[in-house]
Amino acid sequence: MSWHWLFGNLTIKELAFLHNPIIAPAFGMMILAAVTVPLVLTYKRKWTWLWTQWITTVDHKKIGVMYLILAFIMLVRGFSDALLMRSQQAIASGNMGYLPPHHYNEIFTAHGVIMIFFMAMPLMFGLWNLVVPIQIGARDVAFPYLNSLSFWLTVIGAMLVNISLGIGEFAATGWLAYPPLSGIVYSPGVGVDYYIWALQISGIGTLLAGINFIATIVKMRCPGMTFFRLPIFVWTVLSASILIVMVFPVLTVTLGLLFLDRFFDMHFFTMGMGGNAMMYINLIWIWGHPEVYILILPAFGVFSEVVATFCKKRLFGYNMMVWATLSICFMSFIVWLHHFFTMGSGANVNAFFGIATMIIAIPTGVKVFNWLFTMYRGKIHFYTPMIYAVAFISTFAVGGMTGVLMSVPAVDFQLHNSLFLVAHFHNVIVGGVIFGYFAGFIYWFPKIFGFKLNERLGKISCTCWVVGFYVAFMPLYILGLMGMTRRMSHYPADTGWQPFLIVAAIGSLLVAAGIFFQFVQIVYSVINRHKPEHACESDPWDGRTLEWSIPSPAPFYNFAVTPTVSDIDEFWEAKQRIKAGEKIVKPVYRAIHMPKNTGIGFVIALMSGAIGFGMIWEIYWLVILGVVGVLAAWILRSFDTDVDYYVQPAEIRKIESQALPEGKV
Amino acid sequence: MSQIDTHHDQDEIAHFGFWLYIMSDCLLFAALFATFVVLHDPAYAVHGIKEFIDLKFVFAETMFLLASSFTFGMAILSSYHHHTKKVMFWMIVTMVLGGCFVAMELYEFAHLIHEGNGPAVSGAMSSFFALVGTHGLHVSCGLIWMLVMLVQLAVFGVNSDVQRRLGYLSVFWTFLDIVWIFVFSVVYLMGAL
Repeated sequence: MSWHWLFGNLTIKELAFLHNPIIAPAFGMMILAAVTVPLVLTYKRKWTWLWTQWITTVDHKKIGVMYLILAFIMLVRGFSDALLMRSQQAIASGNMGYLPPHHYNEIFTAHGVIMIFFMAMPLMFGLWNLVVPIQIGARDVAFPYLNSLSFWLTVIGAMLVNISLGIGEFAATGWLAYPPLSGIVYSPGVGVDYYIWALQISGIGTLLAGINFIATIVKMRCPGMTFFRLPIFVWTVLSASILIVMVFPVLTVTLGLLFLDRFFDMHFFTMGMGGNAMMYINLIWIWGHPEVYILILPAFGVFSEVVATFCKKRLFGYNMMVWATLSICFMSFIVWLHHFFTMGSGANVNAFFGIATMIIAIPTGVKVFNWLFTMYRGKIHFYTPMIYAVAFISTFAVGGMTGVLMSVPAVDFQLHNSLFLVAHFHNVIVGGVIFGYFAGFIYWFPKIFGFKLNERLGKISCTCWVVGFYVAFMPLYILGLMGMTRRMSHYPADTGWQPFLIVAAIGSLLVAAGIFFQFVQIVYSVINRHKPEHACESDPWDGRTLEWSIPSPAPFYNFAVTPTVSDIDEFWEAKQRIKAGEKIVKPVYRAIHMPKNTGIGFVIALMSGAIGFGMIWEIYWLVILGVVGVLAAWILRSFDTDVDYYVQPAEIRKIESQALPEGKV
Repeated sequence: MSQIDTHHDQDEIAHFGFWLYIMSDCLLFAALFATFVVLHDPAYAVHGIKEFIDLKFVFAETMFLLASSFTFGMAILSSYHHHTKKVMFWMIVTMVLGGCFVAMELYEFAHLIHEGNGPAVSGAMSSFFALVGTHGLHVSCGLIWMLVMLVQLAVFGVNSDVQRRLGYLSVFWTFLDIVWIFVFSVVYLMGAL
């Protein structure tokens, strides 16, 4: 009797965790967590709380917190992949090491996919959600229900990648799954299917979030908040959102065509029959290059906020910063080909893209100098976010310069696909994106939770990260120059690479210590949140922008009274005006219009997951269930007219008087 | 409404958001057009695309879609006067016309596959089916949407929510017309030359 109708291609044989000694413990841990969490929830009777307070929430701050939780879990997952790779390469000099090559290939693919899509992106969206509405004086994002949908789609994408660890396999193709390797001929397994569906589902979530944030920033600024009074962070989010809306549809198409190739034997990217693999490589980088700017621009925004706050000075060259952001935003569309200079585009095309790449360094340099000039003669307070900022400026400068090096096509022919490249992009992504978001996380944490993170543990963790980064990646530059290519699971002993790889492995352990101390910092600070050194008022850093004008933790409606803005750094200016003797006007509370919670976003995402999993294993009843579920949930929602409510002035007065007893600004 | 704190015009924000979505959809089609232009080289098709294009057939298809936009415009005009019955009538006409378009497209696809020119034959055919098929899929989604709107019209009449959604649907439907004009020009007219 065949069970194909029920399980599709999924058989006991595919359950990798049953017979792979490396995967078994890792997946066992995941299953343990998946069993323990519901048990604890049941024991503590927390299911209703989870559903009403979190799963169905449309509050941008709570969605932001959930994004951050996802990001930190995925950081651990992605980083364990990194540790596996570093240890494998440190050992595998003249022997095969402990990871079989195919498994090694899956690991570096999963590492890249997880770190970019399910660690960096959620970390970024977490901060956007926490901060953007309260920086522009809004009560929520433009489309709160869509926001919840975006988040849950991202979660489902992440879940698919993690399920692939134990059930079936993951792609072994590298994080961009170039065909023909990712085609059905060379990758007949489900790995690439997991890749395609995880990214399709989370990609749609990202696209919707991009639309949401453009609409929020363009349409929901408070009175007086003109574009040239926006905090720089908001400018960078706007730029990144524009990039998202312009390039994520291209990713959808690219992965869609790869799916058609694999599933319906079509010939978009195959070697014969009129297919063209270069088409895929162009399309994926037309998405992929702007994608790295989607990640880095908001990190630049975080540093602009952090540097101005901790130097007690208005950001040097505000207008210049805006134009630099916008020109990077534009330029990021015309440099994609520098990812494949060696793939036969010809000298003139390479020259164009090489020069465009060099030019993009100019606005980036402008930004670096703006931060430096803000610090110059500023009164610098070295809190952890500021230390990250200083570490970023120097580290990012190094990474930027190695990038400019490789923008010379002739040089790139030597360095293409070498560890020099790997060192370069980790240099800018760890040194830029990750340091930026960690700084932002520590900086805005008190606003959301109402207490500060421990400074000492933060500094220890920051030191481990920075030192660990240099120890892990500087040897990779050298190895690249020595000719070591990327993605090697083992190498001959007489290459002399091993000592450098051992150093790099030690560096990765230092980074591991950094991550460990981050978790210690969070747990310690939560436990000791009532102690004076963690206490925080509404404005713990003597901030400059609107988010610091409301209580910490921010009430669910954000602003009791919609603020009015008359300057850049409005809150700072308001504090100066009050010092100069301006009277505080007693606020008059009016009813506030708020959206109601809804579980539809969660249901649609879950059903999308059913479609994805069903398509991966060809379980068609699951696909049909998913499609019907998505449509039904969507249509039902459109018939729901009870979607909002009003918070009455009496309740606002009560909440505000508890949060700000002395009636401060 | 002086008792309510400063509040943004939710309709205006929603319209703006919908336009952003339409622009992102534009980019989606742009990528598919680019793929078609790169891959359509007849040298790789078993039969050149030229051989199977029946311009008269496609012209009729086009007329159905364009006419459906006109009738949808009539539906929108009736919605301004809150004539629920009239809106529903014009919507049904639009659905019939849109349905004819989809049916003709499906017939064309079936015919091509039957003749041995299916999507798996060559890169050229793959890109043809992907581009035209994605448009057809959009039109089909539009038809499902109209069906939902018909039910909403029956349940709610023309209220502000329904009117707003009809507005989106009209933007979506017109957008599909414009995309089709490009499909007609780039795929069929240039292919027939």
